[in-house]
Amino acid sequence: MKKYRPSEEVDFVVIGSGAAGGVMAKQLAQAGFSVVVMEQGAWGAYGHEQDYNKDELINRFPSEEDKLISDPKTQRNTFRRNANEKAVPGGHSYGCVVGGGTVTYGASSWRHLPYEFNEASKFGTMAGTGIADWPVSYEEIEPYYSQAEWEIGISGPNIKTPLIAPMSKPYPCRPLPLKSSGALIQKAAAKLNLTVTPNVAAIITEPYNGRSGCINCGACSGYGCQVKARSSSAVALLPYAVATGNCEIRVHSYVREIAVDGSGRATGVTYFDKANNNQEVFQKAKCVVLSANGTETPRLLLLSKSNRFQQGLANSSGLVGKYLMTGNGGGASGLFADPLNEYKGAVTGAAVLSYVPNDVKNRGFYGGGRMTARGQMSPMQYGLAGPHGAPSWGAGYKKALMEQANRRLTMVNFISQLPVESNMVDLDPDVKDAWGLPAMRITTTSHENDFKAMRFFIDRSVEILKAAGATQVWADEVNDSKGGAHARGTCRIGNDPKSSVANKYHRAHDVPNLFIVDGSSLVTGGRNHPTMTISALAYRCADHLVKAAKQGNVTI
Amino acid sequence: MTDSRRKFLLKSFSASSAAWLAANWPAEVAAAEKAQAMGAFTYFTREQAGEVDAMAAQIYPTTDTPGAREAQVVYFIDTALVTFAQDKQNIYAEGLKDLSSRTGGRPLATLSADQQIQILTAMEKTPFFKTVRDHTIMGMFASPQHGGNYKKIGWQQIGYDDSLNFRAPFGAYDKAEGTW
Repeated sequence: MKKYRPSEEVDFVVIGSGAAGGVMAKQLAQAGFSVVVMEQGAWGAYGHEQDYNKDELINRFPSEEDKLISDPKTQRNTFRRNANEKAVPGGHSYGCVVGGGTVTYGASSWRHLPYEFNEASKFGTMAGTGIADWPVSYEEIEPYYSQAEWEIGISGPNIKTPLIAPMSKPYPCRPLPLKSSGALIQKAAAKLNLTVTPNVAAIITEPYNGRSGCINCGACSGYGCQVKARSSSAVALLPYAVATGNCEIRVHSYVREIAVDGSGRATGVTYFDKANNNQEVFQKAKCVVLSANGTETPRLLLLSKSNRFQQGLANSSGLVGKYLMTGNGGGASGLFADPLNEYKGAVTGAAVLSYVPNDVKNRGFYGGGRMTARGQMSPMQYGLAGPHGAPSWGAGYKKALMEQANRRLTMVNFISQLPVESNMVDLDPDVKDAWGLPAMRITTTSHENDFKAMRFFIDRSVEILKAAGATQVWADEVNDSKGGAHARGTCRIGNDPKSSVANKYHRAHDVPNLFIVDGSSLVTGGRNHPTMTISALAYRCADHLVKAAKQGNVTI
Repeated sequence: MTDSRRKFLLKSFSASSAAWLAANWPAEVAAAEKAQAMGAFTYFTREQAGEVDAMAAQIYPTTDTPGAREAQVVYFIDTALVTFAQDKQNIYAEGLKDLSSRTGGRPLATLSADQQIQILTAMEKTPFFKTVRDHTIMGMFASPQHGGNYKKIGWQQIGYDDSLNFRAPFGAYDKAEGTW
């Protein structure tokens, strides 16, 4: 792998190696630019994926080098429901390894629907929300979705329905196999007149681009993939970036500031080098790409204060960190007479698409959701959570645990969430992270409309499980999320510098050589399946950036 | 021993003991494993092991099928307390004292099953009981390489197939349907 000296001014520093960072690194390196990717996590099993651990206990208590996900004890964060509360220690975490969250995610890879790019003009806005049109239309982004799907490796059904965004090319791989979840939900769908499909996933089902298809091991979400079937950035993108000889991935490098000069241009990044006693290092760069995820990206901008940017970098709008959407949920579970063995294979067994579109008139709320059926629970997780409606230990526990094992199916729903300005990421005034920097503080309560949506999807979940023939069904509580890997909206793109952080090509309105592309770029939240859209935005951003940079003008 | 297992055992030791363990590796772990095979413990005294074993046997009892005792959960916990659950040593030390005061100093296992359940039910909100409960369940369902789940007893009871290369059909309902 190519190595650069920090004093050497590289063309691009990319902060983050996940869904967006992986795309940016590959596209920029392949175009001939020098690139350093900053990753605060470790290598994981990059390049020797067969060593990914499949032992549940070890996965739950990983060694420092084996950690794949951030640790709220180190990457400390706090949480509060609203600005009047004092924040308490939070449990927010995200992928933290070369490849970011794509190394361990469930891998759902749905496109946004065309109307999810212009909701304000198509459906109108709503008091108390920041619903706005994106500066990019579906037609503009469509080719980049296809490019992402084919380069990354996505499997899915090739069905034409208004419930799925129109595609100029089919998915490159056939869908994941039918599981009992799919068979049961199809049965319910026939009674309730619903559309059910296999899940669209960044998991290849047959040999593709030199990688093997999924072997259904079942140690999937939360684990690294030992056969490289999960199309993470670490197997589908970064090796191609490194192979150019132009790209260095620098692990254990925790960026604490994007530096600027007197004219307001970014000059590089300051980071803690873990391998070197957390010494501070400055990496010079002509241009900085920020892809640190929907929560760390705004935090880093807020941490990058200077005389010129006293409210944090790229924050003249005051919107850095605002309009946070973390995702919310709520569903139901049911027991079936015969074994489902859902713990094998990919985590999501089937998707119900019928409630994706808006139907304000009949449902009484704005938005929609994609329902998924899954039952995956690994043995320890199942034992610790315990059987439903049973004691937590003793003979009654054991009896119910054995009876319910492998017979539970859960509807997990991915529901729209409205952007609300007071939902945000900012810096905690009191708590510091393990590096002594102000901890991330998350403030969020879903809009009242979204609670109606959650209750609607809980009711639909109960209905579907009953129609599928469950012998017993129980509803979840509404789940107004407190954080997690689906964070979006905190550096929204837009045409007006007063109401957005970056422009339609992801250039920060305030800093000509800073590009912000990841979950934070999303203007509205879609149906809480953000990754494919993040990938497509990154391909589009990179395309534009390469053209501009080749003309010697990354300021566009 | 697999490399991941070795790293796992090493990981939760403090800096100094990790260095010590690395220097004494693998003799020390080999000795601990041999000790277990001979019915000896690494962390617990015999008396402590007896109390924890009795608790585990009530938490996940032997019924018409094997329980925590047959799955050798106490050995899992014994290893846990010097590895990933090292920070729980005090909870065990304090909790075992508390348990002893509740049994009047008699070994838990010498009381009737009803008496044992009564005592443990009175303790079930304590950090000690909750920790032993979780460790017992982990010992039932973690990989046998960690000392419990002897001969995959736990996995068999919940129908868990640990093979990594798995082919459809998954369960009863897709078997009937075939494919999408």
